[in-house]
Amino acid sequence: MLHDPKHSGHEKLVYMANQIAKFMESKPHDEGVAGLAAHINDFWEPRMRRHLFEVLDAGGQGLRPLVLDAAQKIKRPAQTA
Amino acid sequence: MKDFILPDRDFGTPASRAKTMVSLTIDGFDVTVPEGTSIMRAAAEIGIQVPKLCATDSLDAFGSCRLCLVEIEGRPGTPASCTTPVAPGLKVHTQTGRLEQLRKGVMELYISDHPLDCLTCAANGDCELQDMAGAVGLRDVRYEAVETHFRARDSSGQANPQWLPKDDSNPYFTYDPAKCIVCSRCVRACEEVQGTFALTIEGRGFDSRVSAGMGSDNFLSSECVSCGACVQACPTATLQEKSVIELGTPKREVITTCAYCGVGCSFKAELRGDELVRMTPYKHGRANRGHSCVKGRFAWGYANHQDRILEPMIRDSIDEPWRVVSWAEAMDHAASRMKRIIDTHGRHAVGVITSSRCTNEETYLVQKLARAVFRNNNTDTCARVCHSPTGYGLGQTFGTSAGTQDFDSVEYTDVAVIIGANPAAAHPVFASRLKKRLRQGAKLIVIDPRRTEMVDGPHIKADHHLALTPGTNVAVVSAMAHVIVTEGLFNEDFIRNRCDWDEFQDYAEFISQPHHSPEAVQILTGVPAQELRAAARTYARGGNGAIYYGLGVTEHSQGSTTVIGIANLAMLTGNIGRPGVGVNPLRGQNNVQGSCDMGSFPHELPGYRHVKNDAVREVFQKVWGVEIDSEPGLRIPNMLDAAVEGTFKGIYIQGEDILQSDPDTKHVAAGLAAMDCVIVHDLFLNETANYAHVFLPGSTFLEKDGTFTNAERRINRVRKVMAPKTGYADWEVTQMLANAMLGKTGGAGWTYTHPSQIMDEIALTTPSFAGVNYALLEEKGSVQWPCNEAAPEGTPLMHVDGFVRGKGRFINTEYVATDERTGPRFPLLLTTGRILSQYNVGAQTRRTENVVWHDEDVLEIHPHDAEVRGIRDGQLVRLASRSGETTLRAALTDRVNPGVVYTTFHHPETQANVITTDYSDWATNCPEYKVTAVQVSPSNGPTEWQEEYNAFAARSRRIAAAE
Ligand code: SF4
Ligand code: SF4
Ligand code: SF4
Ligand code: FES
Repeated sequence: MLHDPKHSGHEKLVYMANQIAKFMESKPHDEGVAGLAAHINDFWEPRMRRHLFEVLDAGGQGLRPLVLDAAQKIKRPAQTA
Repeated sequence: MKDFILPDRDFGTPASRAKTMVSLTIDGFDVTVPEGTSIMRAAAEIGIQVPKLCATDSLDAFGSCRLCLVEIEGRPGTPASCTTPVAPGLKVHTQTGRLEQLRKGVMELYISDHPLDCLTCAANGDCELQDMAGAVGLRDVRYEAVETHFRARDSSGQANPQWLPKDDSNPYFTYDPAKCIVCSRCVRACEEVQGTFALTIEGRGFDSRVSAGMGSDNFLSSECVSCGACVQACPTATLQEKSVIELGTPKREVITTCAYCGVGCSFKAELRGDELVRMTPYKHGRANRGHSCVKGRFAWGYANHQDRILEPMIRDSIDEPWRVVSWAEAMDHAASRMKRIIDTHGRHAVGVITSSRCTNEETYLVQKLARAVFRNNNTDTCARVCHSPTGYGLGQTFGTSAGTQDFDSVEYTDVAVIIGANPAAAHPVFASRLKKRLRQGAKLIVIDPRRTEMVDGPHIKADHHLALTPGTNVAVVSAMAHVIVTEGLFNEDFIRNRCDWDEFQDYAEFISQPHHSPEAVQILTGVPAQELRAAARTYARGGNGAIYYGLGVTEHSQGSTTVIGIANLAMLTGNIGRPGVGVNPLRGQNNVQGSCDMGSFPHELPGYRHVKNDAVREVFQKVWGVEIDSEPGLRIPNMLDAAVEGTFKGIYIQGEDILQSDPDTKHVAAGLAAMDCVIVHDLFLNETANYAHVFLPGSTFLEKDGTFTNAERRINRVRKVMAPKTGYADWEVTQMLANAMLGKTGGAGWTYTHPSQIMDEIALTTPSFAGVNYALLEEKGSVQWPCNEAAPEGTPLMHVDGFVRGKGRFINTEYVATDERTGPRFPLLLTTGRILSQYNVGAQTRRTENVVWHDEDVLEIHPHDAEVRGIRDGQLVRLASRSGETTLRAALTDRVNPGVVYTTFHHPETQANVITTDYSDWATNCPEYKVTAVQVSPSNGPTEWQEEYNAFAARSRRIAAAE
């Protein structure tokens, strides 16, 4: 009961990553890239990063450019939890 | 009432802060005291108690009772010792034949108009009038008063117009005018200590009497906020706690800490046997200095409420009624279920939520349960939903996640800035201390969408009220910084010495851009540019500037950015590192600070150290004997997402009600419903428990030992006042659960026998707590962390010689509008808050007499917005957002601007969080409670959701009858 379908995984993570990007965009580009990657590495549980990589690996649709630029620096989680 | 058992000595008048010392002799003894001290206080310092009635050391001297007369050699007459200051070389006599006669005369007058029913009086043995009659040697009263205040009828049976009936209207104390000696201590306490000005002395001479509010008011209908300061100050039984009238005077006392808000007031729990008679604020409590609010002072009745569950309960599915079981069976059931989940879905499929209402020791154990027993970092706390951006923002800029000052600091503040907080309602004792400073002339800037009590209260008025549109904090704070930088108001010395100068250059360039100017953001924020400029100038140039902020800052999608912006302001103006300045988060629940300190967050171990850090993990691995996961765990919203997705299945929730307190109720419900094992550990069957499979009954703060850490980083002792009604304190329950799990998975069991051992483990592993132990707390009363080798007695002020991180760091704060926007369907902005008499989700306060002040949540709406919608005051309205809708009553007020509506979230029937969305802070996922686009329309009854939910809740709370 009471379930709301709007919270499906990927969309929400894309939204969150973009939110972080908007903050980091007010820094010089390199600093912003490093800051964004570090933030996601520090605060996102592997499950969340795994979903983010699913989006990135599929072309990163909907993600702001800074997230795409930072992708290299985001830690890819181990395959099994 | 005065103290009864272990008297905290009353020195009669407040201490003087003067540095110059003065010497004199009193009754032949030499005494040296600070200039400005009264003769009464100087005498008390050397143990000479001058008789007194109208003086008490929490209030300025008044000099009305004429009992404290003394003689001074070379001076004429008999001056009152409470109002006469010391002077060098005075020779004072406090006891002479002449003084004795005068005092007896004064007492005779009082006693002739007093009922003298001492034996049956509630204050018998606890009455200063009695004491003084004894002290002055009163043996007979030579005349009988013709006119009195205490006889209801005179000797001929005529009604006495001077007699007034007892006022019983306040649920917690009575006012019996027959016993009043008109010393005005209560009036002065209400003014000086509380700052409410609810009481006056009406009439003159024999007609004068204490009156609450206007002519026809009683205590309940007056402005009185029931703080109890007047009751505390009253020397007689005139103002008396109802609990004392009912139970008798207490015989035993225990010093403990209020469990309601982040002020962390110290109290004396006064008991007879194990029955609590009253709670009185403790004079030596360094957070409250002898003051209290209605919650801590009176609202403890929930501890005995019939709704409290005292036995563990389990059920297989949430459609079944609860089954009462033994502790052993409950633990086995819980551990088996959790074990099964871990076996099937892996160790990351379970987690914990720690409580900001529980002690540090309990919180530490709950996160340890996740890290050392479940073997993951899935631990989070309800501080997530209030102050997680504080941790992030202050950590990034200053290097530590805590307020910089102690509460005493406010006494040195020249300009106070309050952002997104309403201390008068949420942190009342701090508000009283701030108001006192404001009445002495300090300036006040309030940044809040709503005209709060702080903006225009009795005898205080904000110099600037920036009534911004909800959601534009960053724009306002950045515009203030813009003014300070472009007008050259910044403190260059401070920045050069204490911050990174190059970073400042970059920041200055960024913030000077014209789009940050007050003129540019005016349309967006609704704050007139001139007003904003004036406020920025006042803060930058007005002397000691202190910023106090609350959930109105943090609970936004840019909460962390605003906290950073606030830190920038303090660094720009050099308002850091001395008394009277600083950046001070006002914490909501009593132990938000502590629960954050104790490693409740999924990315950091106790002491704010990231789990990725090998050296830190090593410290805990050594003590705990297990390997700790180096990846961050799930935060509460992420746990719920993962639950809906099917990868998170079990949770242990201690002392929190996430269904009611977290945003987007429907999503929380869906997440909980998707789990296989929800363990709720609480006092009551709360809303979250409707989705639980195991219920573990909790203990109140009166039933356990431990510590709370308040908003000034002060570690206060919580002391066991009575035995736990369930048989176990909460830390013992967590230990049983851990051991039940370890019994199934293998591993050494936990063996704590007292919370002090848990504190020792915290000290062993966490550098900022290294010096903390129960012996020290016993000795000092309380300490503020960091407390270690470098600061053996704790740290009242932070960042005095340098920031914790080294150089203070300026960070750019670009305003990004929230995606929650008004539009044709939802044209109003809803913001939420709290009121004085209720606390958080209200589970405790709703179960006390405090409901007389707030029996339902109401929606504040501007009369203009109400009129166009055809809404009348008091009418039931439907409040709808994109997420959901609810109904509640409307209150028309211009405290809110047109376009803004406001409500509280203390009552589950309202379910205000059905309305709030799942937008959250970019850095921490702290939910955006403070901005929701809504529509309001007339309604004629509860919404479908409310009805459906209420029916579900009633079903879910069933408990099977014992066989
Ligand atoms: S309880 Fe507090 S607010 Fe009420 S009259 Fe007494 S001092 Fe004033
Ligand atoms: S109520 Fe108590 S404190 Fe107030 S004037 Fe009367 S005796 Fe004094
Ligand atoms: S609720 Fe807060 S202000 Fe009130 S008594 Fe408790 S700690 Fe003090
Ligand atoms: S105590 Fe000094 S006049 Fe009352």
